[in-house]
Amino acid sequence: MNKLALSDDILMKIEKPARYIGNEVNAVIKDADQVKVRFAMCFPDVYEIGMSHLGIQILYDMFNSFEDVWCERVYSPWVDLDAIMRKEKIPLFALESQDPIKDFDFLGITIQYEMCYTNILQILDLAQIPFLASMRGTDDHMPIVIGGGPCTYNPEPIADFFDILYIGEGETQYRNLMDLYIKCREEGLSRREFLRRAARIPGLYVPLFYETTYREDGTIASFTPTEEGIPDIIRKEIVQDISNTYYPMKPVVPFIKVTQDRVVLEIQRGCIRGCRFCQAGQLYRPVRERNIEVLKSYAVDMLKNTGHEEISLSSLSSSDYSKLPELIDFLIEECGQKKINISLPSLRIDAFSLDVMRKVQDVRKSSLTFAPEAGSQRLRDIINKGLTEEIILNGAALAFKGGWTRVKLYFMLGLPMENDEDIYGIADLSNKIAALFYELIPKEERKNGRVQIVTSTSFFVPKPFTPFQWARQNTKEEFLDKACKTRRAVSEQLNRKSIKYNWHETDLSVLEGAFARGDRRLSQVLLKAYEKGCFYDSWSEYFHNEKWMEAFEECGLSIDFYTSRERDINETLPWDYIDCGVTKSYLQREWERAQKMETSPNCSQSCQGCGANSFGCGICFT
Amino acid sequence: MKLRVKFRKYGAVRFIGHLDVMRFFQKAIRRAEIDVAYTSGFSPHQIMSFAAPLGVGMESNGEYMDIEVNQTLSSHEMVRRLNEVNVPGIEVVSVRQLPEEAGNAMASVAAASYTVRFRAGREPSCRYTEELSSFLEQEQILMIKETKKGSREVDLKPGIFKLTALDGAICMLVDASSSGNIKPSLLIQALLQYNGEPLKENALDQCLGDCLITREEMYQNAAENSPERWISLEDAGFDIVGTEIAGSDTAGSEKTGSDIAGCETVESKMEAADHEP
Repeated sequence: MNKLALSDDILMKIEKPARYIGNEVNAVIKDADQVKVRFAMCFPDVYEIGMSHLGIQILYDMFNSFEDVWCERVYSPWVDLDAIMRKEKIPLFALESQDPIKDFDFLGITIQYEMCYTNILQILDLAQIPFLASMRGTDDHMPIVIGGGPCTYNPEPIADFFDILYIGEGETQYRNLMDLYIKCREEGLSRREFLRRAARIPGLYVPLFYETTYREDGTIASFTPTEEGIPDIIRKEIVQDISNTYYPMKPVVPFIKVTQDRVVLEIQRGCIRGCRFCQAGQLYRPVRERNIEVLKSYAVDMLKNTGHEEISLSSLSSSDYSKLPELIDFLIEECGQKKINISLPSLRIDAFSLDVMRKVQDVRKSSLTFAPEAGSQRLRDIINKGLTEEIILNGAALAFKGGWTRVKLYFMLGLPMENDEDIYGIADLSNKIAALFYELIPKEERKNGRVQIVTSTSFFVPKPFTPFQWARQNTKEEFLDKACKTRRAVSEQLNRKSIKYNWHETDLSVLEGAFARGDRRLSQVLLKAYEKGCFYDSWSEYFHNEKWMEAFEECGLSIDFYTSRERDINETLPWDYIDCGVTKSYLQREWERAQKMETSPNCSQSCQGCGANSFGCGICFT
Repeated sequence: MKLRVKFRKYGAVRFIGHLDVMRFFQKAIRRAEIDVAYTSGFSPHQIMSFAAPLGVGMESNGEYMDIEVNQTLSSHEMVRRLNEVNVPGIEVVSVRQLPEEAGNAMASVAAASYTVRFRAGREPSCRYTEELSSFLEQEQILMIKETKKGSREVDLKPGIFKLTALDGAICMLVDASSSGNIKPSLLIQALLQYNGEPLKENALDQCLGDCLITREEMYQNAAENSPERWISLEDAGFDIVGTEIAGSDTAGSEKTGSDIAGCETVESKMEAADHEP
């Protein structure tokens, strides 16, 4: 490759110029004149974050397997380059060809977390694409802006910025969309007509063709298509057989160190557990396992093609994969000779996993992670976290005897029906684990002298399509008060010197909550905040809460309306037109069970009738 | 068995920093399925050593990396395999076996040659090429060297072994040892200053912006009885012949001269304009 979009002067001036030059191993270069569709795939955050995302690598591989499509990558320019691009009016460009995004047919944006919404605006702004889909109306030369990812299950706060939102897994409908696009262009049809037809493809939501009306109290009165033939409900797309679909055998290997600098093996999609606070656990139902022989061959090929020195299993709960022991034995055998590290996140701590971890990592340097999420059994039952104090203490005891001395504990503050006892329970459980160490391990065998417990709390943000979608979120003041109580309780424990307590930022959790369950009116707030200079909000050094508060104020919208208000069970929710598989009646049932402190069995124990069996695959049929 | 890998770096990958080039090669060696040796311990890593780091933005026709392998294929085959898994802009030129007693690339480097070309429209206004001899005849060439610990004054003179100009390009052979390394941009800065060129703000960065610097070759001290003062790092090793897998005892030795693109005239000009103290 000869051409670079940025001059040497600029590249010498900015931090990590390697973020912007493309040219990485396995990056796909095609002849632009030989393809019919040019697709720019964007992760709206800095390169190191975006390059670590598996979903983009899957779709990049899929698109480039289409002979008539060339898919390239683009990430948010970091603040240093952002300022230069604005000043010098350099249009945002794709990494592979270094061509301006505005000349592409599609700009696809993956939307993984709420706090990247302003970065979507940054991308559009730098790409010189109008923010509002309605303003791109007559200009057939503007790329079609399409979004996907978990945040699209309530896309309303960002709906105005997208021509299309793809609800569900990308492997299924993109080929149809490409064919439709090519056909419409050949027939000389307008942008609007293309979008009208796209809206009829399953899983595709075209916000332009819908209208929301509101009641006086601010809740939604109606949400309806504005034209004949546009569907009322958009149903999630999923891959039925995940052993027989796209998977990147040659993922792009970045030059610079990125967050996930390893081969990622997605062993299954979905989670059987049904924790009531967890959105991913509902969105990706039903659980579908990938065939173990397929996984073995993927591992070998991907390691060979990338040269990575580490492989990681990916899933919401790896311990639930039915052939896990066989897979791990294979990897240990395969990787041992080649000095490749194995990373095993999301394992339940038990005799099996400790044995495996001892084989693949240095016990002295690694730590154990438990996620009890709540401090008391009562609250753990409410959230349906199938983890008891006994399981935790047994796991910790095994680990301490095995040589581990570091434990991480994750909890949430602000869960529904939480009281002070639950908060004290966090400190109490931390203390019990520390005490267990001193009880089990005689003084002369304590390698680092002391056990290290790191207790972290995050603030609970209710998410759409969970049984807690109706729950009120705590206010900033409540959050802070709870964090203070936790800190005080930890400091009163006997083993306080062995416990370190961390808590999360409050302002960010409040904002995240507003956008998670927000409606279309919030797009105005996003535009205002962006105008005021907000972007990279998930980077604390660039987060300016006061600008956000001003933006809400100027739009005449109340943050409390979206966060700390308990929704009535009959209220029309902004995401009600999306069908993600689990039914509203199931979620309501679970919400009621939570209030009665009743737990529910997981999918492998007995079916709860969530509705995901309508997809006709996965655990529902095994 | 120690192998010395010579490679070029040019084009977009000029903007990849030194540590990332190391990471790149660690992965490339795995992709090429080279039987590299690892350190022992819980987190083994490839036994690998790089010669003097190349500044971001610079090109090179003579970069070096030494690796330790358990077994090797022929030089030709190793070059082919590595280039098969490379990216445009990183190109392996040769793979040679080092004698057992050879020092590693990092410790061996004594000098490096560079070509500096000013970008079109950004040439200095002074006629610096005409004053080369008098510049070099100075008693001392004092410049401020910025280091991590602060800045200090250094005399460049003892570290300048050659300095010539040809067709708008400046060729230099300078000290590249760990103790006396001279950055080509610093020398260019000294030359321009000597010729009365006004100093720009961020002079050194500007210097790199105004010109494209190519490292042509790296040299180590020649053996004591050798007529040459230096040999290229490449010439410290010998070619591995044959396509059979070779252990160190079976490897053949075939010495070939180095073939350096770009500023290959440096060596010949060295004799013409000898400025050694």
